[in-house]
Amino acid sequence: MMIMLDKLSFYWQYPFVQYALIVGVLIALCSSLLGVTLVLKRFSFIGDGLSHVAFGAMAIATAVNLSNRFFLVLPATVLCAVLLLRAGQNTRIKGDAAIAMISVGALAIGYLIMNLFSKSSNLSGDVCATLFGSTSILTLSETEVWLCVVLSVLVIAVFLLFYHKIFAVTFDEDFSTATGVSAKTYNLILAIIIAVVIVLAMNLVGALLISALVIFPALSAMRIFKSFKAVSICSVIVSVACAVMGILISILAGTPVGSTIVAVDIVGFFSFGFVGVFMKGAKTL
Amino acid sequence: MQLVACENLTLGYEGEKVVSDLSFTVHAGDYLCIVGENGSGKSTLMKTLLGLKTQMAGRIEIGGGLENSEIGYLPQQTVVQKDFPASVREVVRSGCLNRSGIRPFYSKAEKQMAEDNMELLGIRMLAKRCYRELSGGQQQRTLLARALCAARKILLLDEPAAGLDPKAAADMYDLIERLNHDGITMIMISHDMEASVKYASHILHIGNQSALFFGTKKDYLESGAGHIYAGLGGAQA
Ligand SMILES: Nc1ncnc2c1ncn2[C@@H]1O[C@H](COP(=O)(O)OP(=O)(O)OP(=O)(O)O)[C@@H](O)[C@H]1O
Ligand SMILES: [Mg+2]
Repeated sequence: MMIMLDKLSFYWQYPFVQYALIVGVLIALCSSLLGVTLVLKRFSFIGDGLSHVAFGAMAIATAVNLSNRFFLVLPATVLCAVLLLRAGQNTRIKGDAAIAMISVGALAIGYLIMNLFSKSSNLSGDVCATLFGSTSILTLSETEVWLCVVLSVLVIAVFLLFYHKIFAVTFDEDFSTATGVSAKTYNLILAIIIAVVIVLAMNLVGALLISALVIFPALSAMRIFKSFKAVSICSVIVSVACAVMGILISILAGTPVGSTIVAVDIVGFFSFGFVGVFMKGAKTL
Repeated sequence: MQLVACENLTLGYEGEKVVSDLSFTVHAGDYLCIVGENGSGKSTLMKTLLGLKTQMAGRIEIGGGLENSEIGYLPQQTVVQKDFPASVREVVRSGCLNRSGIRPFYSKAEKQMAEDNMELLGIRMLAKRCYRELSGGQQQRTLLARALCAARKILLLDEPAAGLDPKAAADMYDLIERLNHDGITMIMISHDMEASVKYASHILHIGNQSALFFGTKKDYLESGAGHIYAGLGGAQA
C-alpha cells in the first residue's frame, strides 16, 4: 500500500499525469450526463456510430495532412449526429439501422484511407491506438487540455441550462411539441453536444470504447434510482469515480488507460446491479 | 372569440384517408366533445389540431392569439420506455415548461402549481414514486395533472376517463367543468356518452369517413345521430 502511494505521489509531480486526470474527469462527467438521455432514447449505440465517424474523419485529416485535425473531425461528427438523431424519428431507415450503417461505413472507409495514404511505418499500431485509445491521454499538450476544459464547461453549461427541457423531450416528445416546447430544437442541441463529447472522448478511451463511457454509468445508476434527477447525479458520480480509479490503476499497473476505465465501469455496473437486487429483496421481505 | 376553425379537413396516414370533410369551430369558453367509434379518426384529429401531424387537405385556422405554449394536452397513449427513471413530481412539473420560456429552472409559483394539481388529482402521496411503476389509472392521473399544468387557455383531452375508477372519473369531470367555468376552453374525446351530453356545450360526432354531426348539444340530442348514439350510451338527457 505504501509503495503504491509512493509511486502515485511520484507520478503526481508530472504535469502529464495531472493533465490526464483533469481531462479524464471532465470527459467522464460530460459523457455520463448525456448517457442517461441517450440510453433512454434508445441511442446507446450512437456513441459507437459517431466515434467511427470521427475515426473516419480523423483518417481523412491525417491523409490530407491537416495541421489541426480537430477542424475536420468535429464538424463531420456534429453533422452525422444531427442526421442520426433526425433519422431516429420518422424515416424509412430506423435509428439503430442508420447508426449501424454509418458506423460500419465510416470505419471501413477510414481504415481504407489510412491504408492507402498513411506514411507511418506502424499502421496497425496507429489504427489500434485510434480505436482503443492509446496512451495518448498521457501525452496531452497544455493547449489540448485547455480546449478540453473549455468544451466540457460548455457542454455542462448547456446541459444544466436545458436540463428540464431535455427531460421533458426525452420523456414525451409529442406532449412537448404540442405544448410549445420544441422537441426538434432540443434534439438538435443534444446532437451537437453529443458529437462534441464524443470527439473529446476519443482521446481518452478511443473510438471503440466510447459507448462504454456513455452507457455504463447511466445503466448502473438506473439499477438503484428511480427519478431522472437522482439517476443523472448518481451516474455522474459513478462515472467520475470510475474514470479516476481507472486512470490511477493504469498508471500503477501500466495497463491501457481506455480499457482499464471501461473495466472499472463494468465492475461498478455489477456492484450496482447487486445492490439493486438486494434493495428490491429487502423491500419485498 | 374564435380559437379554432376547421374547414373541409381531410385527415389520413400516408395517402390513406381516415376521415374527410370535417368542418367545425371552437370558440373561447366552449366545451367540445368529440365522439365516434374506434378508429374513426378522433385522436388523429386532435394530433392534427396540435400540429403533430399535417392534414391531407383543408384548412385549420388558429385564432385569438392562441399559442402552442398555452395548450394543455393529454395523449391517448404515451409510450414510455421501460425503466425510464422519472418520478411523478418530475413528470407533472414538466407540464409547466411551456410557461417558463428559456428560464432554466422552475419558479416557486410553478412548483406550487404542480403540487396543487397533484393534490387535485389525488396523487400527492405518489409524488416520489417512479412513473413506470404506477398502475394504469395512476399514470393517467399523473398525465392529467401534467396537462393541467400546461393549460392556460385550452385543454385537449384524449379519453381522459380511460382507466380511471368511477369516483376518480366523476371527480375528473367535475374538475374539468370547473376549469371550463373559469374560462379554459375544452376539447375532449370521449366514449362516455352520458358524461359527454351532460357536460359538453358542443358535440362533434365523427362517423364513417366523415362528420356525422357538429353543433350544440341541444341540437345533437334532437338529431338522428344523437338519438342513435346517445341511446346506445344509455343517456336520458
Ligand atoms: N400511426 C398511424 N399510421 C397509420 N395509420 C394510423 C396511425 N394511427 C392511426 N391510424 C389509423 O387511423 C385511423 C384512425 O385512428 P385514430 O387513432 O384517430 O382513431 P380514434 O378515433 O382515436 O379511435 P379510438 O376510439 O380507438 O381511440 C385508424 O383506422 C387507424 O388504423
Ligand atoms: Mg383515439
